[in-house]
Amino acid sequence: MSGFKMDRRGLLKTSAVVGAGLAMPTIFTSAARAYTNEPTGGSVTLGFNVPQSGPYADEGADELRAYELAVEHLNGGGDGGMMNTFSSKALKGNGILGKKVEYVTGDTQTKPDAARASARSMIEKDGAIMITGGSSSGVAVAVQALCQEAGVIFMAGLTHSNDTTGKDKKANGFRHFFNSYMSGAALAPILAANYGTDRKAYHLTADYNWGYTTEEAVRNSTEAMGWETVAAVKTPLAQTDFSSYVAPVLNSGADVLVLNHYGGNMVNSLTSAVQFGLRAAEANGKNFEIVVPLYSRLMAQGAGANVAGIFGSTNWHWSLENVAGDRYAGTNAFVQSFGAKYGFPPSQAAHTVYCQTLLYADAAERAGTFNPCGIDEALADYEFDGLGNGPTLYRAADHQCFKDVLVVKGKENPESDFDLLEIVDVTPAEQVTYDASIFGGELGSCNPGA
Amino acid sequence: MDQIVLQILNGLDKGSAYALIALGLTLIFGTLGVVNFAHGALFMLGAFCTVTVNRILNLGFVPEGATTQSVGGFNFGSPKETPYLEHWFGEAAGQAIVDWSVPLSILFAIPVMLLIGVIMERGLIKHFYKRPHADQILVTFGLAIVLQEIIKYYYGANQIPAPAPEAFVGSFDFGAMIGMDAGAIIYPYWRIVYFVFALIVISAMFAFLRYTTFGMVVRAGMADRETVTILGINVDRRFTIMFGIAAAVAGLAGVMYTPINSPNYHMGMDFLVISFVVVVVGGMGSLPGAVLAGFLLGILESFASMREVIEFLPGVNQVVIYLAAIVILLTRPRGLMGRAGVMED
Amino acid sequence: MLGLNKKDAGLLFFVAILLVFAPFLLNPFPESSSLAQFNAGYPDLMQRFAIFGIFAIGFNILFGLTGYLSFGHAAFLGAGSYASVWMLKLLTINVIPAIIISTLVAGVFALLIGIVSLRRSGIYFSILTLAFAQMAFALAASVLTPITGGETGLQTALNDPRILDGANETGNIPSPSLFGLETGATWQMPVGDWLFTFNAGYYMCAVMMLIAFYVSLRIFSSPFGLLLKAIKTNQNRLNYTGVSTRPYMLACFVISGMYAGLAGGLMVSMDPLAGAERMQWTASGEVVLMVILGGAGTLIGPVLGAGFIKYFENIFSKINKSVLEGWFSFMPEGLQDIFVTILYPFVGKGWHLTLGVLFMLVVIFLPGGLVEGGKRIGKLFGRRKSKDTETGETNPAPAE
Repeated sequence: MSGFKMDRRGLLKTSAVVGAGLAMPTIFTSAARAYTNEPTGGSVTLGFNVPQSGPYADEGADELRAYELAVEHLNGGGDGGMMNTFSSKALKGNGILGKKVEYVTGDTQTKPDAARASARSMIEKDGAIMITGGSSSGVAVAVQALCQEAGVIFMAGLTHSNDTTGKDKKANGFRHFFNSYMSGAALAPILAANYGTDRKAYHLTADYNWGYTTEEAVRNSTEAMGWETVAAVKTPLAQTDFSSYVAPVLNSGADVLVLNHYGGNMVNSLTSAVQFGLRAAEANGKNFEIVVPLYSRLMAQGAGANVAGIFGSTNWHWSLENVAGDRYAGTNAFVQSFGAKYGFPPSQAAHTVYCQTLLYADAAERAGTFNPCGIDEALADYEFDGLGNGPTLYRAADHQCFKDVLVVKGKENPESDFDLLEIVDVTPAEQVTYDASIFGGELGSCNPGA
Repeated sequence: MDQIVLQILNGLDKGSAYALIALGLTLIFGTLGVVNFAHGALFMLGAFCTVTVNRILNLGFVPEGATTQSVGGFNFGSPKETPYLEHWFGEAAGQAIVDWSVPLSILFAIPVMLLIGVIMERGLIKHFYKRPHADQILVTFGLAIVLQEIIKYYYGANQIPAPAPEAFVGSFDFGAMIGMDAGAIIYPYWRIVYFVFALIVISAMFAFLRYTTFGMVVRAGMADRETVTILGINVDRRFTIMFGIAAAVAGLAGVMYTPINSPNYHMGMDFLVISFVVVVVGGMGSLPGAVLAGFLLGILESFASMREVIEFLPGVNQVVIYLAAIVILLTRPRGLMGRAGVMED
Repeated sequence: MLGLNKKDAGLLFFVAILLVFAPFLLNPFPESSSLAQFNAGYPDLMQRFAIFGIFAIGFNILFGLTGYLSFGHAAFLGAGSYASVWMLKLLTINVIPAIIISTLVAGVFALLIGIVSLRRSGIYFSILTLAFAQMAFALAASVLTPITGGETGLQTALNDPRILDGANETGNIPSPSLFGLETGATWQMPVGDWLFTFNAGYYMCAVMMLIAFYVSLRIFSSPFGLLLKAIKTNQNRLNYTGVSTRPYMLACFVISGMYAGLAGGLMVSMDPLAGAERMQWTASGEVVLMVILGGAGTLIGPVLGAGFIKYFENIFSKINKSVLEGWFSFMPEGLQDIFVTILYPFVGKGWHLTLGVLFMLVVIFLPGGLVEGGKRIGKLFGRRKSKDTETGETNPAPAE
């Protein structure tokens, strides 16, 4: 069959199609392409696959805003945003490699199946050369595997599990966002400094992949500081009322509650914890404390006043450059550009996907090709700066970005709906860097498909 | 011991929500014979009544001369508004009204939910009494999606906090009250309020059906609709009102639930499946059964989520409700208190 | 022909034609036109039409014939999916064993659940099946993670044993294939501005669906099917005449479960991933909706319902604001804004709304589902064409 297997999965308005015109049907032909969905016309299509229904729809909407902004900037529109501060000057505002950037959108529904269906339709129907987005690690891992198989690049959106670039890493997949390990490593010293090294922690962990890796990371790094873990209880992902998990905490001998929850889980469990008086309580002669390893603005909005004073970590925050200085150049340019267009500051999800889009475009520009193997090479151990996180390394061994991690806490008196978190400390990248081999998994080799 | 008391309290609290939703559902489902997949959406609409009231109370105007607010040095915030309430009644009184927005929402939610219920019944459900259950499922599921999407369109998908009044924030020492060690059982005020509220609504429902003529006719209509109609009584109109009441009960359950969990647009779907299980486990056509099953499953769920239990049987917290449902339905063919012949074919 | 009466044979032939020419029928719009957005003739969606068609046909054998409404059918689809991923991981990347095993595993699973659930009828049966499926889902997503991959789902990996295959030296995970022909293999045929896509996996699914449809036709017209219909009409009377209905019901439930398992196996063969959410009640609910929407108890209805829902899920969710603006760009600016504003809530992230509204419209105006709609259109066009329009429902594109 090999003779017939001229084109796998690719299908697009190739110039051959147009060229064929109204001539006799040329049965079973296709342009010989070097790689899946090689763009042959004057434009290149990117696939933005974000949650548009389900609990993370608002986060997905914010990602889409950032994507649209990135496309505008790549095509030379708007004020250029972070393209002006980006250390690489390969991008010229004339699209990517001279081709105008177009995009298609899809709904992941935060379900691996639906996300893959959506990504496949982008690859098969719309000829997307790169898929990006998402708001959960389950989806990221599933779509990343699909892209590896189909021979397109996957630029992960918001995904925080170690697995995305650990156990389940793939050569065609790249992640700019930080991960559980980094959260743990960044948080532990701050927690020790604020709450002391003699603490007993009680973990509530969402019963799925991300929850496991986060619990493990926070446990390991806090235990290394001298903390003791009293108990770790898994809570169902679909749980909405956490009272029966929170109620026993106060009498368990613990004096810190760690909520390894994200999104709605975290909002509800934190609300329960505050209701049960944990914030006001004392245990072992100390103030009882609550920690949320991964924060997002939407979570802070959902939990309202309950987040005040609670520590956590984030990948980026829009006030970063104003608080921590020039090292984080790009932040203000991005916030200005995003805010001018939409009227409010971007979330960390918006930031990471904007960076991913720019990084992809820049890699293609430097490689001189959209071929996934070319992109792979261009991003291997690539060092860059000016995208708001300070100097950053895209590590070749696992396609994970290494950059400074923000430790934040909920503001006591927020000025507005968008000003809910304040930056406590920025942990330097060296402190959160780990050996690429510790999580297992195999990167494999880049797959150009076709 | 204290842990057990604590989990019983939790169970009663969870059970309150299950029982309230199941109560309305069983009125529609077990008695009118309509499989109402939109019942969860009614619960959600109730919760968003609170959000709406809160928004209305916070409506404000931009004081003259106000400029765009600077957000951390960036000038794209809209100007800060002064709520009308604070303008009219002074700052303290205005803030107090906003603080009490959840209980105030009850006043708003009752007429709104009654109206929604009546419109739903007259406009849609009425035409489906004689249609197969399959059609009822499809139409009510479609309605549930539409209601959800409308809420999502206007309020977004994120959760919206709706805190309880300041007076009910925090928790009290339940253990000391019943003579145990101080601090052994700490329980939040609002959850107690929710439980008491549920008991009041449930008793009121029962009293209404038991002691009023209207209730008597409805019960008669449930048992034998044809005979009651022949007697010259307009059962249809009463059923419409019952539907409205069922919607109001679901709505109130939602209003009072908002401080416990911040509402979002698909909270109804999260409760939908559980409430069907509760109704069926309670037994089709039995109101006391639904309430009993609600509290029973709530308590079981709470016990199953104790650390000691999970360590012994991993995953039991995730399945206990369904496991209990299977055991009950296999040992008692018509659930706890079901009547024969209702929805059995 | 093939043991079918003339009407059924005609229907089978009609479905066969639709399946064979789906790549043309589903791509009616030229590539460069803005309506190309509505084309559904790409491999993933065509495969999904066929696979969910099988799932719905199987569900209809249970629900349409006996009236027993299972609310946990997705559990069998999920069980089949997991079984087939394990086959692809352990045995061989060839999909044949995976599909066979998935059907069998789902059958066994259905047998176990059926024995217990069929002790009750009506709503009590529905809740029992729902409870089993929800338990399966909750456990698969959490404590069974080593077997199921948890929330992320179970995938094939580079270092899987695959004992029947040779050592893999490509550095890439092999794609599922049918004796070397990858299910993703695709040929394209440009005709003018049209581009038609022929996908090996789709045709595999189509063949399976045709067989599934044929078996369902035979069951509907067999004495067994007649007995099942009698159960729906009056089970008590049947019992009084001395017929023990339980074995028939159980057989029907298991067959229906095997259809779901086959669908699961095919899903994995097209795209080697099995996620726990395939077992969730929403997935069970979806197949219930498909069957009711298309027309429960009719032969072709479930397939139409499946196509209808999958079409809206996959096509409407991808229409975003800039696409809308593109469509109405020929209008003056004010008018364009009005149209975009009106339509925007119904597409893209609002695709659920469109689906919800359509559910209500169909059930209100077409009691009996899409098939009823087809019949009404058929009557409009006179008797001669009535057979064709039985399947040509209101929406032209997903006519599967």
